Amino acid sequence: MRVTLTVNGEVRSADVEPRTLLAYLLRDEFRLTGTHVGCDTTSCGACTVLLNGVPVKSCTVLAVQADGGEVMTVEGLEQDGQLHPLQEGFWESHGLQCGFCTPGMLMTAYALLREVPDPDEETIRRAISGNLCRCTGYQNIVKAIRYAAERLSAAGAVAGEVK
Amino acid sequence: MALEVTEARPLGKPIKRKEDARLVRGQGRYLDDIALPGMLYLALVRSPYAHARIKRIDTSRAKALPGVHLVLTGEDLAAKNLAWMPTLAGDKQMVLAVGKVLFQYQEVAAVVAESRALAEDAANLVEVEYEPLPVVVDPFYALEPEAPILREDRDPPSNRIFHWEVGDREATEEALRRSAVVVKERIRMPRVHPAPLEPCGCIADYQRATGKLTWYVTSQAPHAHRTVLSLVSGLPEHKIHVISPDVGGGFGNKVPVFPGYVCAIVASIGLGRPVKWVETRTENLTSTNFARDYHMEVEIGATEDGRVTALKVFTIADHGAFDAAADPTRFPAGLFSIVTGSYDFPTAFAEVDGVYTNKAPGGVAYRCSFRVTEASFLIERAMNSLALRLNLDPAELRLRNFIPPEKFPYRSPLGWTYDSGDYAATLKRAMEIIDYPALRREQAERRARGELMGIGVSTFTEIVGAGPSHTFDILGIKMFDSCEIRVHPTGKVIARLGTRHQGQGHETTFAQVIAEELGLTTDDVIVEEGDTDTAPYGLGTYASRSTPTAGAAAAVAARRVRDKARKIAAHLLEVAEEDVDWDGQRFHPVGAPARSVGMAEVALAAYTNLPPGMEPGLEASVYYDPPNLTFPNGAYICVVDIDRGTGQVHVRRFVAVDDCGTVINPMVVEGQIHGGLTEGFAIAFLQEIAFDDTGNCLAPNFMEYLVPTAVETPRWETDRTVTPSPHHPIGAKGVGESPNVGSPAAFANAVIDALAPLGVTHLDIPLYPWKVWEVLRQHGITE
Ligand code: FES
Ligand code: FES
Repeated sequence: MRVTLTVNGEVRSADVEPRTLLAYLLRDEFRLTGTHVGCDTTSCGACTVLLNGVPVKSCTVLAVQADGGEVMTVEGLEQDGQLHPLQEGFWESHGLQCGFCTPGMLMTAYALLREVPDPDEETIRRAISGNLCRCTGYQNIVKAIRYAAERLSAAGAVAGEVK
Repeated sequence: MALEVTEARPLGKPIKRKEDARLVRGQGRYLDDIALPGMLYLALVRSPYAHARIKRIDTSRAKALPGVHLVLTGEDLAAKNLAWMPTLAGDKQMVLAVGKVLFQYQEVAAVVAESRALAEDAANLVEVEYEPLPVVVDPFYALEPEAPILREDRDPPSNRIFHWEVGDREATEEALRRSAVVVKERIRMPRVHPAPLEPCGCIADYQRATGKLTWYVTSQAPHAHRTVLSLVSGLPEHKIHVISPDVGGGFGNKVPVFPGYVCAIVASIGLGRPVKWVETRTENLTSTNFARDYHMEVEIGATEDGRVTALKVFTIADHGAFDAAADPTRFPAGLFSIVTGSYDFPTAFAEVDGVYTNKAPGGVAYRCSFRVTEASFLIERAMNSLALRLNLDPAELRLRNFIPPEKFPYRSPLGWTYDSGDYAATLKRAMEIIDYPALRREQAERRARGELMGIGVSTFTEIVGAGPSHTFDILGIKMFDSCEIRVHPTGKVIARLGTRHQGQGHETTFAQVIAEELGLTTDDVIVEEGDTDTAPYGLGTYASRSTPTAGAAAAVAARRVRDKARKIAAHLLEVAEEDVDWDGQRFHPVGAPARSVGMAEVALAAYTNLPPGMEPGLEASVYYDPPNLTFPNGAYICVVDIDRGTGQVHVRRFVAVDDCGTVINPMVVEGQIHGGLTEGFAIAFLQEIAFDDTGNCLAPNFMEYLVPTAVETPRWETDRTVTPSPHHPIGAKGVGESPNVGSPAAFANAVIDALAPLGVTHLDIPLYPWKVWEVLRQHGITE
């Protein structure tokens, strides 16, 4: 089956099997390997991308369900050679170790900051609770997201509109 | 904002990680991100039974499926003499089952096809007829005379794998008989799984034209894997190129060799095409290596005023169907003999019996220096039981029994020489941060109101950095590690090490060590690991050994470079070598700091303007054989409140004071502590790989095997004391595992402390709410 979708602002098409999952369409067909797969029970969130602005676990979305949609992956965060404040925050705050959960975390956090620009710790912890991290213990991830929230509000900007 | 921190004298500073530049962009290159032209995919057929005879395997329907290239069974491998492979523990393991299966999810056949999905389809078409056999789940039953013998290949036939003992049995028993107080406890550390977020996998790429095999693999020990592979396959070792790309967490899971790896290699050699195998999470949790599963019995003796007199430990170690632990050769129970912990025991004795059962094989060192977690949990739990019996505060009991600073280097009754530590200082620091006396007062008040508040103390000593070659080897290979440094003509450096990081930050921390020694910044140094064609030989990253071994090699190699640089500097400064001073950043003539040369000028001269007779170039290569292990320690205090309605334990505070000697990068160390505490929390409260009576795995995925989310995970408070290792070139000790080793006892001790007024002296982890609630119910105090 032919699917066409906009990925990080670019229109892309591929022939897929009906059973092909969005995660594998992105990884194997489009070679956007920043989106990771860490489980087979929709538990870990390493595969999180935005589909039409909403964070989804792309291991549990069929590629055909994304047909005609807009997808944003970790590769879409950096704009014009400028890291997104979330990426800066994860780097600054040591919010990653092995980095395997990081792309999914970033996308979930991105969606959170668009909804709640100034989240407190509890809100952040709840928001990322569908994303597992085995390395960091989350504390520095919370810090990283706070860092980004502060940067974004200082810039008077909303996530996604920062250049 | 400057994300690239270019700082002089970087050692000890919270330098941002170099590896993050790619990882925050989603540009890491993990195993499954690699796609080679013409690559095929491998899927495994697994057993639904824990113990069964294989009566028939029919692969015809799978083979007939278009797009399927190969189906392998145990018989096919047996014809190549590859049906079994050696484990790192000196046992052997079936690659694909021959004759019978010994655990649920065991590998029975392998299918190679054009795509991942097609390989799965074909695997489902392989028909296997089984005849179920009686199952052995309980390791104590496994040793009963009537238990069926599981491993018919063993001679003599027995379910006992090994018996290992250390210490003086008679003296210990005698000391216990004479002790005023003896406390006994049965303590179990259940089967858990390292479960890094990235599962295991590999791509085997055999080129018929050159006879060279490139093997991309999620490996914590690529050099050792190359050697093992060469020994098993007969391929010449220089024609095996192992590449361990970015690794998404390891925690010990990625040390062994798995059947899927061997099948992918056999398939690639047979087909002449690259073959990828990546396990699913279910395959990970059910087949590629569990940890712990120690059933321990402890007796601890003391005088009436609370001085420990003797320690005796008996342990049954459940290894599953094959002993696939990755312990050093002489240590079938790893470094379990660290079980006397931080305390000055006059005498001790420990014995461990390894046992086969119908469960997944393993016994890996999960974020642990080979069974140290089990040992620490045991002694820290036992000390608390002793404190209860003596009616002494558990912190006070510890303070009375710590090995005093003046006794270092300290020879333990079980044979280790502890390098350094100031245990009382570390504990007192933790008590001060948390205001321990105030907590005990609060607890007394709450108890009077019927509330359940607990305070748990754990003051562990680790043993890491395996290890000195006189004692440590794996399959005969000594456990040194290595570093090679090359300084380019412009003073920029590439360093390669024999270790392989999986999130520990080596690209930054080892650059800090080298830059510090050479008067450079971390930006001047690139650190590479994981490619066996370029990196020097080393045993890899696990058991907190990287900093004690490869980190030491890095410092020594850099010092060798500096020694040569000093000679060149003397030439450039036109003074004698003895008249050259190194101020940490530059060379200058003694007493004339105004004239100086730095590493960049020296490097250029090493290629352009050498003193007469000197060999060109500026590089060094060091294989570092550590003189001893390092002994990091920590004091952890945990405060919990228990909900009397649900049995739910709330961790209110957790203070971790660690002492890992000299700190290379405090940010990275703190990150390691956070992560390890979180895994310790999971082990204490959430996780167990359990089995039912017929050997069905009850936690085969992340729905059943719970990884804590950000919501459950407590907030960690960290601090440190610094007692450098006297024998490490920069005084550093390993740290990555300390929090996972030391924290489970702190959690358990806190919960049992809360329940102590009910007469509870021990509960086995994981402390599920239902388990705690059941205790409350029995005492009629549920709300
Ligand atoms: S891969 Fe784990 S939730 Fe998608
Ligand atoms: S950084 Fe390794 S899983 Fe999160």
